[in-house]
Amino acid sequence: MVANPWLSHTVRIAKITDEIPGVATYDLEFVDPVQNGSYRFLPGQFNMLYLPGVGESAISLSAHPDSRGRWAHTIRVAGNVTQTLARLGTGATLGLRGPFGSSWPIAKYHGWDVVFVAGGIGLPPLRPAIYHVLDHRADYGRVTLVYGARSPDTLMYPREYDRWKAAGIEVQTTVDRATPDWKGNVGTVTVVLDRLPLARPDRTVLFTCGPDVMMHFTARSALQRGLTAEQVWLSAERNMQCAVGLCGHCQLGPEFICKDGPVFRYDRLAPFFRVEGL
Amino acid sequence: MPAAFLEKCQLQTLFDALRGDGYQVVGPTVSQDAIVYDEIRTVDDLPRGWTDVQEPGKYRLERREDDALFGYVVGPHSWKKYLFPPLTTVAAADRTDAGWAMSTPAAAVPRYAFVGVRACELAAIRVQDRVFLEGPYVDPIYKARREATLIVAVNCTQAAATCFCTSMNTGPRCTAGFDLALTELPAGFIVEAGSDRGTALAARLPLREAGEQDLAQADEVRERAVNDIQRRMNTDGIRDLLLGNLEHPRWNELATRCLSCTNCTMVCPTCFCTSVTEVSDLQGDHVERQRHWDSCFNLDFSYMNGGLVRNNVRSRYRQWLTHKLASWIDQFGSSGCVGCGRCITWCPVGIDLTEEVAAIRETAS
Repeated sequence: MVANPWLSHTVRIAKITDEIPGVATYDLEFVDPVQNGSYRFLPGQFNMLYLPGVGESAISLSAHPDSRGRWAHTIRVAGNVTQTLARLGTGATLGLRGPFGSSWPIAKYHGWDVVFVAGGIGLPPLRPAIYHVLDHRADYGRVTLVYGARSPDTLMYPREYDRWKAAGIEVQTTVDRATPDWKGNVGTVTVVLDRLPLARPDRTVLFTCGPDVMMHFTARSALQRGLTAEQVWLSAERNMQCAVGLCGHCQLGPEFICKDGPVFRYDRLAPFFRVEGL
Repeated sequence: MPAAFLEKCQLQTLFDALRGDGYQVVGPTVSQDAIVYDEIRTVDDLPRGWTDVQEPGKYRLERREDDALFGYVVGPHSWKKYLFPPLTTVAAADRTDAGWAMSTPAAAVPRYAFVGVRACELAAIRVQDRVFLEGPYVDPIYKARREATLIVAVNCTQAAATCFCTSMNTGPRCTAGFDLALTELPAGFIVEAGSDRGTALAARLPLREAGEQDLAQADEVRERAVNDIQRRMNTDGIRDLLLGNLEHPRWNELATRCLSCTNCTMVCPTCFCTSVTEVSDLQGDHVERQRHWDSCFNLDFSYMNGGLVRNNVRSRYRQWLTHKLASWIDQFGSSGCVGCGRCITWCPVGIDLTEEVAAIRETAS
C-alpha cells in the first residue's frame, strides 16, 4: 500500500506569535500523538496547510530543524487560505500534508564561509538553516546574514538578531525606505552584498530566499564577487497545488518547484529563472 | 501463443468473455458525429462501416464501402478519461467535536476492459504510467484503475492526415502494453496475446490457427497504415532546440493564432495537469477536495502571489509545447507526445505542432 499523498493530518494551533503587521508565526502540533512524535523535516522544506472549504497553501517551515512536538510556520496574509487562517485562534484545527521538497544543504558546507541573503518574507524559510548554523557554529567559518525589508518595521524576527549576533553571525539589515530613527543600511540587499568582505570566495556558499528579482540580482552579485553558480542556492516559488509533482502548476522549465525544489543550486535554474513568462 | 484467427461473427464472444469476468467493456462508438469511447455491450455498438476524415481543425465521419468495425483512427476521447478521470474526489474533511477529521475516500475501483486501443494510445498510457506510477510519488487513483484494467489493442490499417506516430516511434504497430491485440481483416481478426492474462483469455475464444495467407494479409493491411502516414516531425535534438529558443519570434506569431482555448490539452492523451476545488455541504461540515483536469492554457493556472506568471498567450503556448516535446524528456525520460495528432485535429484554428517545430528549427538560434 503506497502512502496517499492527498491525505492531510489534523494539526492544532498551539501558539500564535504576531511578527509584523500581516505576518504571524503559528506553532502547529499534530492531534495524533504518534504523528506528533515521528514528524521530522529538513531546513527549507514546506508543508501544505489545509483549511477545509477554503483550500491549501504551501508554507515553508520556519521552525528549528530539531523541533519536537510543535513546528513553527511564519505566514503572511496573502490569499484566501492565509486570510482565513489569520482569523483562527489557538486550539483551532487545520490540515497538514508534508514535509515536501528539497532542503538547504547547509550540513554539506562544514568549514565554509556562509552568506544568507533574504528579502522580506524570504527570511522564514531560511531560519531553520540559520538555527542549524547557530547550533553548529564551530563547523563554519565566517557567517553573515544580509536581510532586506521594505521598512524598519517590516524586518522579521528583530528580537532574535541579538542572540544571532552573540552566537557569531554577522547580521546586516537594510531597508528600502528608512524612518527618521533608522541608523542602518538603506537600499537593496545587493548594495550590502556588493560591499561585503569575502575573504575566500572559493570557500563561500550563499543561500538566498526572496522575490525572484531579488534572488536574480543576488546571484549576479555573488558571481561578480567570485562565487561560482555551484556555490549559490536559492528557494524558488510558483503556484503549488499537489506538492508532489503531479498537478503541473509549479513548473519552471524542466523543474517541478514542489518536488525538484523549492531549494535549487543556482546553475540548475539559471537558464530558466528570469525568462519572462516561463 | 502463436497468432490465431477469430471469425468476425465470433467477436461477440470476446465481449461476452470480458463481461463474464466482471469487466466493464469500453470502446469506440459513434456519438454526436464523432467516434468516442463509451460502454460497449455488443458488437453492434461499434462504429461498423464508419471512418473518420481528419485535417488540422477538421473532423468528419464518413461511410466506408465495407463493414469494417475498426476502420478509423483516434477521435476526441482518449483512455485517460478512464484511468485518470476528469473529475474525482481526492480527499475529504469532516468537522467533529475534536476539530477537523481528514480522510481519503475509498472509492470503488471500476474494472475496465478497453477494446480498440491503438498503438499511439498504448504509448500514451505508458507515458502516463511514468508520470503517475514511476516517480517519487504515486497517484493512488490512477494506480488502482490502471492495475484493474485489461487492454485489447487494435492495429491501425489506415492513418489520418494528422497522424505522425512513425515520427514518435509509437506506432502504428502495437508491440507491447496490451493483453490482446487484434488486426482486422475482411473475414475476421488476427489475434495476438501480449500477456499471460491475454493468453488465458484467448484460450476461451473460438479461435482457429491463423493461416499463412491470413498472416500475409495482416502484414499487408498494417503496412497500409504505415504508408498512409504523411505527417512528419523531426525530433533530432528537440529538447535543446525548444529550450534553447525560448525567445524565438515564432512564439509571438503563434500567439496571434492560438485562442488559448485548452482544446489541445483536453484531447491530448498524456496531458495530466489538474486543479483541486473545495466542495462543501451547506453547513460547511463536510468538505470534499475535487480534482479536475486543468490546462496550462487557462489564465489562472500560473497564478502566484497576486499575479500571473504566464499572463499572455505566447507564454502559455510556449509552456505547452516546450513541456510536451522538451522538458517532458527531463522530467519523465520520454517525450510527452505520441504522435496521435489529436491536438492538430481539434485545434479550432488548426495549429499543427509539427509545423511549429519545423518553423522554429528553420530559424533556430
